Amino acid sequence: MSAVPAEGKPLLGGRFRFWLKSEEASGFKLLSPAFLYALVMLAAPLAMVVVISFWTQELIDFDRSFTLKNYEEAWTDPIYRVLMLRSLAISGIVTVTTVILAFPIAYFVSFHVKHHKPLWILLITIPFWTSYLLRVFLWKVILGYNGVLNSGLIELGLIEEPLTFILYNATTVVITLAHAWAPFAILPIFVSLEKIDRSLLEAAEDLGDGPIQRFFRVTLPLAMPGVIAASLIVFIPTVGDYVTPRLVGGNSGLMIANIIQLQFGQASNAPLGAALALSAMVIVAAISVLIVWSSRRFTKRQAR
Amino acid sequence: MSSTPSAGTIIDIERVEKRFGQVAALKKGIDARIREGEFFSLLGPSGCGKTTLLRMIAGLDDPTVGEIRIDGKPMNGVPANHRPTNMVFQSYAIFPHLNVFENVSYGLRKQRLVKAEVERRVAEALAMVSLSGYEKRASHAMSGGQRQRIALARALVLRPRVLLLDEPLSALDKQLREQMQIELRHLQREVGITFVLVTHDQSEALTMSDRIAVMFEGNIAQLDSPEMLYRRPISKRVASFIGVMNFFPASVTGESAKGVEAEIAGLGPMTVPKQQVPKDVTGREVTAGVRPEMMTLLFDETETAEREVMAEIDDVVYYGDMSYYSLRLPGCEELTTVSMRNTAGRPILKEGGSVRVGWGQESVVLLS
Repeated sequence: MSAVPAEGKPLLGGRFRFWLKSEEASGFKLLSPAFLYALVMLAAPLAMVVVISFWTQELIDFDRSFTLKNYEEAWTDPIYRVLMLRSLAISGIVTVTTVILAFPIAYFVSFHVKHHKPLWILLITIPFWTSYLLRVFLWKVILGYNGVLNSGLIELGLIEEPLTFILYNATTVVITLAHAWAPFAILPIFVSLEKIDRSLLEAAEDLGDGPIQRFFRVTLPLAMPGVIAASLIVFIPTVGDYVTPRLVGGNSGLMIANIIQLQFGQASNAPLGAALALSAMVIVAAISVLIVWSSRRFTKRQAR
Repeated sequence: MSSTPSAGTIIDIERVEKRFGQVAALKKGIDARIREGEFFSLLGPSGCGKTTLLRMIAGLDDPTVGEIRIDGKPMNGVPANHRPTNMVFQSYAIFPHLNVFENVSYGLRKQRLVKAEVERRVAEALAMVSLSGYEKRASHAMSGGQRQRIALARALVLRPRVLLLDEPLSALDKQLREQMQIELRHLQREVGITFVLVTHDQSEALTMSDRIAVMFEGNIAQLDSPEMLYRRPISKRVASFIGVMNFFPASVTGESAKGVEAEIAGLGPMTVPKQQVPKDVTGREVTAGVRPEMMTLLFDETETAEREVMAEIDDVVYYGDMSYYSLRLPGCEELTTVSMRNTAGRPILKEGGSVRVGWGQESVVLLS
């Protein structure tokens, strides 16, 4: 008697037990460690930031009443607007420069390297074997007032005074970031070039295209998924980069992340910092969505 | 050497050799002339160099030695985009980022036609391959057979002097393949363009071609019409690549005005007419070949043949329309296959029995 459960229950319980054995359930089980990790290390802190952004700083404690004041300040104070726009501009230039410089490298490895392609790819990642900080410092050595570049050019008699436009400004930040993120741009472009069926290129040639037309009518459109992936991979993190502008950017090269760090640190206004961080996040997300949306023409058609 | 193209020759292949690094794809120096307006096939097993030869005609590869001329013009060093040839690739090579219209009109861009003319020609080409109305379809949404038709239309819309086809039917299922064989043949007659087809499928080559070059190991073994290739193969290898053939050891005993006298194991002494003996058959020990349908079973007393012998039936395979008999001929170790059409009233014999087998002079060829 006791083995017979209440009416309606066996169905639900049976279904749940059945679900536990399903492929879907085993998928969730496999996901759960990563999911838990992401929940604790990513979602929870992010939720904290969201909550804090609606509070007010009171010396070392918070006034926990809801306010939009921080957002108001973040979106109206000209200093934040200037820094945000500058961050976007620098990242935009870094992205375009990196992708344009990465493309020929990826193209060369994909189309002209016959043997040992993996080795070439490995060589491209070599700069990554050393710390990010070291690489940024190395650019200081190269670009500095008495740096390798300036002293070299003076020795050659090409310039008399050291060039000043290459250190402690936005240009320096662009050069440093473009170099640092190059492999991240090369790899997705390389992968999408590798995926191009070589007979498509022969077909284009057979149908009358010279090498240049063929590149713009077949190779580039088919490589667009890689180009877009590369753009996003470079653009999204560089907007929020804070080490490079801090080290080589001087005052005119400061970016939004520097001011956010300032709010959480010396300025001791975490709610404003949180509001700035979230605003930046929303803007970057919006731009990324826009890029993906405007390029869906290239990515969708290839879903074979 | 002789650079004057014979009348009607469109592609002149002269002493062509091709090496990829150390590997020789075509080694002996290939000579062939493809005639204007014919359906020409390069037939051979994989790795025989047929695709390499086709790619050299297309301009996707250059010969290491020798020369290819199209319309009398030397083509060495002329890239594919400057040749009067277009190709249908084995993978079809349909541009995945373009729709059907954009694919078919791809090569027309160069010709700087007005929009209406481009649309008219694309519509015409699509009608030719029965794909009218598919212009706006995404190319990746098309089936294998449709993609193949797009590739055909894309090449034909440019009105090339020569259309090159690299195993165009190999990816299709049997039924579609047979249908496309007939359609391709009709299309070729309709447009009158020279077609050069590469295939490893002998029945495909036989049904479609005006002439076939059979290739083995980077060399043309025989270049002939389908009928001549089947009826008068010049070597055992060609004979067994195209269809089925029984081989009998034979020794030449003499030569007369009528033909070559030979003693053939299982068939006895015979005079093989001159036209059934290829030029390069020399020496005493040769091979005689007989197609299964060139022999006949004599079911009753009234039937006779020029030559006949009693044979034991080793096995019978029934195919519905045909029966294949494996026979043991006296004085012959190998079994001999004879095919018989199962016409009305004709019996199907059982294994273990014996039967009279008949043939004639016409049935036998000598091979090197």
